[in-house]
Amino acid sequence: MLERPHKSSSAKGHVTEPVAHESAHKHVTGEAVYIDDIPEPADTLHICLGLSERAHARVTSLDLSAVAAASRVVGVLSARDIPGANDVSPAGLHDDPVFADGLVMFHGQPMFAVVAETREAARLAARFAKAEYEDLPAVLNVADALAAGSDLVVEGMKLERGDLQSAFDSAPRRIRGAMTIGGQDHFYLEGQIALAVPGEDDDVTVYSSTQHPSEVQHMVSHVLGVASHNVTVEVRRMGGAFGGKETQGNLFAAIAALAAKRFRRAAKLRPDRDDDMVATGKRHDFVAQYDVGFDDEGRILAADFDMAARCGFSGDLSGPVTDRALFHIDNAYFYPAVRAVSRPLRTNTVSNTAFRGFGGPQGMAAAERIIEEVAFATGRDPLDIRKLNFYGTADRHITPYHQTLGDNIIAELVGQLERTSDYRARRNSIREANQKSPIIRRGIALTPVKFGISFTATWFNQAGALVHVYRDGSVQLNHGGTEMGQGLHQKVSQIVAQEFGIDLSRIRITATSTGKVPNTSATAASSGTDLNGAAALEAARTIRQRLTTFAAERWKVSAVSVAFRDNHVVAGDQRMSFADLVNAAYMARVQLSATGFYKTPNIHWDRAAGRGHPFYYFAYGAAVSEVAIDTLTGEYCVERVDILHDVGRSLNPAIDRGQIEGGFVQGQGWLTTEELWWDDKGRLRTHAPSTYKIPVASDRPRIFNVGFFNAENPEQTVHRSKAVGEPPFMLAFSVLHALSDAVASVANYKFCPRLDTPATPERILFAVEDMRARDEGTAP
Amino acid sequence: MRASIRFYLGSELHEIGEVSPNTTLLDWLRLDQRRVGSKEGCAEGDCGACTIVVGRLRDGMVRYEAINSCIRPLLSLDGCHILTVEHLKAPDGSLHPVQHAMVDLHASQCGFCTPGFVMSLFAMYLEGAPPDMQRIEDALAGNLCRCTGYRPIVDAALHVLNTPRQEGIVRDMGVRLAALQDRQDIAIEHSSGVYRAPVDCDGLADILSQHPGAVMVAGATDVAHRITKTLERFPLLVDLGRISALREVTADEEHICFGAMADLQTVRANLGTIHPHLDEVMRRFGSEQIRNAGTIGGNIANGSPIGDLPPVLIALGAHLTLRSKAGRREMPLEAFFLEYRKQDRKPGEYLEAIKVPRLPAGALLHVSKISKRFDEDISSVCGAFRIVLGADARITEARLAFGGMAGIPKRAAHAEAALTGSVWSESAAMQAAVELEKDFQPLTDMRASARYRMTVAKNLLRRFALETTQGVPARVAGPLKAVAHA
Repeated sequence: MLERPHKSSSAKGHVTEPVAHESAHKHVTGEAVYIDDIPEPADTLHICLGLSERAHARVTSLDLSAVAAASRVVGVLSARDIPGANDVSPAGLHDDPVFADGLVMFHGQPMFAVVAETREAARLAARFAKAEYEDLPAVLNVADALAAGSDLVVEGMKLERGDLQSAFDSAPRRIRGAMTIGGQDHFYLEGQIALAVPGEDDDVTVYSSTQHPSEVQHMVSHVLGVASHNVTVEVRRMGGAFGGKETQGNLFAAIAALAAKRFRRAAKLRPDRDDDMVATGKRHDFVAQYDVGFDDEGRILAADFDMAARCGFSGDLSGPVTDRALFHIDNAYFYPAVRAVSRPLRTNTVSNTAFRGFGGPQGMAAAERIIEEVAFATGRDPLDIRKLNFYGTADRHITPYHQTLGDNIIAELVGQLERTSDYRARRNSIREANQKSPIIRRGIALTPVKFGISFTATWFNQAGALVHVYRDGSVQLNHGGTEMGQGLHQKVSQIVAQEFGIDLSRIRITATSTGKVPNTSATAASSGTDLNGAAALEAARTIRQRLTTFAAERWKVSAVSVAFRDNHVVAGDQRMSFADLVNAAYMARVQLSATGFYKTPNIHWDRAAGRGHPFYYFAYGAAVSEVAIDTLTGEYCVERVDILHDVGRSLNPAIDRGQIEGGFVQGQGWLTTEELWWDDKGRLRTHAPSTYKIPVASDRPRIFNVGFFNAENPEQTVHRSKAVGEPPFMLAFSVLHALSDAVASVANYKFCPRLDTPATPERILFAVEDMRARDEGTAP
Repeated sequence: MRASIRFYLGSELHEIGEVSPNTTLLDWLRLDQRRVGSKEGCAEGDCGACTIVVGRLRDGMVRYEAINSCIRPLLSLDGCHILTVEHLKAPDGSLHPVQHAMVDLHASQCGFCTPGFVMSLFAMYLEGAPPDMQRIEDALAGNLCRCTGYRPIVDAALHVLNTPRQEGIVRDMGVRLAALQDRQDIAIEHSSGVYRAPVDCDGLADILSQHPGAVMVAGATDVAHRITKTLERFPLLVDLGRISALREVTADEEHICFGAMADLQTVRANLGTIHPHLDEVMRRFGSEQIRNAGTIGGNIANGSPIGDLPPVLIALGAHLTLRSKAGRREMPLEAFFLEYRKQDRKPGEYLEAIKVPRLPAGALLHVSKISKRFDEDISSVCGAFRIVLGADARITEARLAFGGMAGIPKRAAHAEAALTGSVWSESAAMQAAVELEKDFQPLTDMRASARYRMTVAKNLLRRFALETTQGVPARVAGPLKAVAHA
């Protein structure tokens, strides 16, 4: 299987080297091509969506005659123009229409598309639609959905282990509570976009900003009513995705393809930012209800969670997202007896979807909340409660889904960070100083992360790659993963360069295409490198073995003596440049192209039973955050963050650090200033960066120390690395809990502030007021 | 009268006649010129992916500044030097030091925001900005990055601003731009609308008397949203940008008088001489790109209830001058705002100047802007207070102005009355704060709830008192931040 990397090659850009992103030079010069930058084919048409203006209504009439008659309009498309299925449900639930057909299920749902000679003409024309509605009762949020007894978009899941009832009965102490956990818009800088170019017969090529080209291919074929082999989907890079382009690109690609085939011209659909934010799914917001039993020391004995999620009008990925919330309901803590149920609630809002962490952060939010409750109840440092409840390595190591943790390093990692961050001394000095500071209060918190790696849909854990070596020794590499900024292509190129012992510059990675590697999985679940890197390594190894055999025969040496290094192939005193050997092999009719395939071993999952081994391994990390709050206004500042994170053996420390820092700040945004706000009509009113506030440069931690935990992955991942895309996102809980610590200071740490998220200045101020009221005994 | 505009795009001179007044610079660059390095991220001047650098002659020198090309009408760029990300590489293909630093410090991930960051850094580079952290954060507040978490970008900025600058791209442009300047009005007729850019106030008054309903555009940072978002198509757009008289700023010991077209950077520099809180509120006004384009007059005349300048200027006791063909009239700024989005501006009138008194003897000033995100956000509440203390330490005059608390920027009459005559103290502030409930019934919206707005408004009076009477540090971030304890 996979082995340790070869050593001591002078060739440049192999694994473990901090080489720059493969497109960095093109990013800074503006030469990197995103889909809207591709030179448009002659007579390209442009599409604008017409969106519903009701949250839940029957459409009694939709008059598009004025739209069709508008200047430079070529045509309009609605449900009846779809030759195949009016559905882009990624889960096969048939509940995700391309165009609402007689019934609108959320405010902003696409009802029709106008196709025009220019984007401006299409946008202007779309406003001329005349729709009449008959309103239906609209369920807009979790509270309403629970009150109304809304149906579920998919069946919920239940995890259970131990005898919960008797554990609660014998627990000396018990706390019940609830936490509202906000959603999040992806705010990828490049919005959704698709450009479709019609081909012969039923063929169409779609350039789609998608994390999942194979799914786009299948959805386009499904909507057009043609076979998958007619549809080629290609993506060179995305301008950010974060889960927002795992399924959400399907609709845009399908409509672009529909227009391209219908009008026999290339067609592009690039929604305005506001339409993008209104019409595409987001991170699920949850209401978590918890019940925790514990002893006087703070050891958790029983935990019961009810995780209700706003899923929106359709299933999309809400099943697996809410499942993953339960998979991380433990974070890094052992619950002797536990029950957790999910409620994926249907609401008349946009259908929520994948977002970095995929439900995991919401589950972890509940876990960290009960830790905090126990800490305040026992009057102990929350870090001590965390450590007391960490999973063990030899016992206390069975998860609520009955997987035994085999790679637990959390105690050692946290211990190291506790020392290097000087957590204890800083906490003491903050507490002292707070007593002398009436208005500005500081807080500090250390929170851990344990994140399960693998798609919980086991079949997604496969990948393919295609490697060509040309006669000049240059290598073209393709695999099923997509580049969204995470540096996947560079890591995979480094793996292949190392395998051939050649410079990274000799590897050329090409756009991801369903025509090159078929039936791929979404680049998601942090798995991009684990899966595609291993598949590419397999392909390269196949070619290297052929070259090895050829060289051994030619030089009459044993195959084991043939080595690839320093851009050369050597065996004893024989030495030939890689390019010369490749050309000689070609002349001798050796095949210089190969595919590679990889599937993750040792994973299985039985959802109905709530048992299995869904994760190949876990990634760990921890962070200490220090914040200051203003108790008059609720304003705050993140002053210092120390992170220690486990990336296994880093394939590229520069890229991994970028994922850790970027994930952290994105998580900080989710937990602080990023607030989604719908009005009572179900209209999203935070639909642009003017109203939806992601972090800016001055929000980043003033002091930001990031270290890698020094350990390789005990599992046989590619070069013993670990996935890094999602886990660091959840390090940002340290910010939330530091804010909570600062708020609690107002009542001398007597009460748990129970901060909901996002902890906007408003929430902080109200929590401060609540602390004061409880301290004075005036709280209800 | 000219029927075209002229500008340099890099070293190329462009003369453009037939263009709609509704065409943005970004669309022209991407769609017409096929220069696709500049990106559209939001089309509202908030994400910065479209940032480009514009050089304009100011007092005989070319001043280079970053602006948002997505909300900049192309026709407003007469006489400018436009630089986009494509201009930065040297002819031999080598990267500009700003680009080098971004690559070397791993400051791009998905790369979509990167051209905008590069151009914001490039503007700092041209300006000769010092490697100062606050300056860097201010210059980057208008550029959103969703991938990196910003640390490497800030490091790249520090690195490049610490190295000696080279000239290159912008040599000799002063002479070339000077050759483009003339005193001719511009009038461009296009099938979708007419664009007029008079060079003096009389010309403007003439146009407005003929077309009293014409939409006037200053920095376009607000008007352009009506082009890109609500898709209005203006039949006549009157650009005030060529009227140099409206940009004039005069200052004496008593007053600062701003022409309505004074840009917000200039306003910041001048108001900052009155009080550090004024510098701070202007530092947080929009973003660097917005401050480079937006004007004091635009921020007043658009009548927004949440603009940051009106409450500040009302607290200072500013007066404004309206002018039309019929003549001038003056009024206190607070009288200009009648009700939500309705101002006392008659057809044919335009805002000419704003006269701001410096602080009288015995005056205390306080400005606080409260927003969901600290930098580059719109206020949920903006409080600006000026009180004057008499010889016996009693308050002789109180001006308490708020944004975000009503449909217009508004003074708190009851709270002012409560303060007047009392001795300035924390308890006086807290008594006055209670009166705010009589002055305001704020709204709940996506920025803040009514309860938060009212609570914060009250607490800001207390903050004012704590800061001025007890020296208690009460800011959590920004340059006014309390010195860290312990």
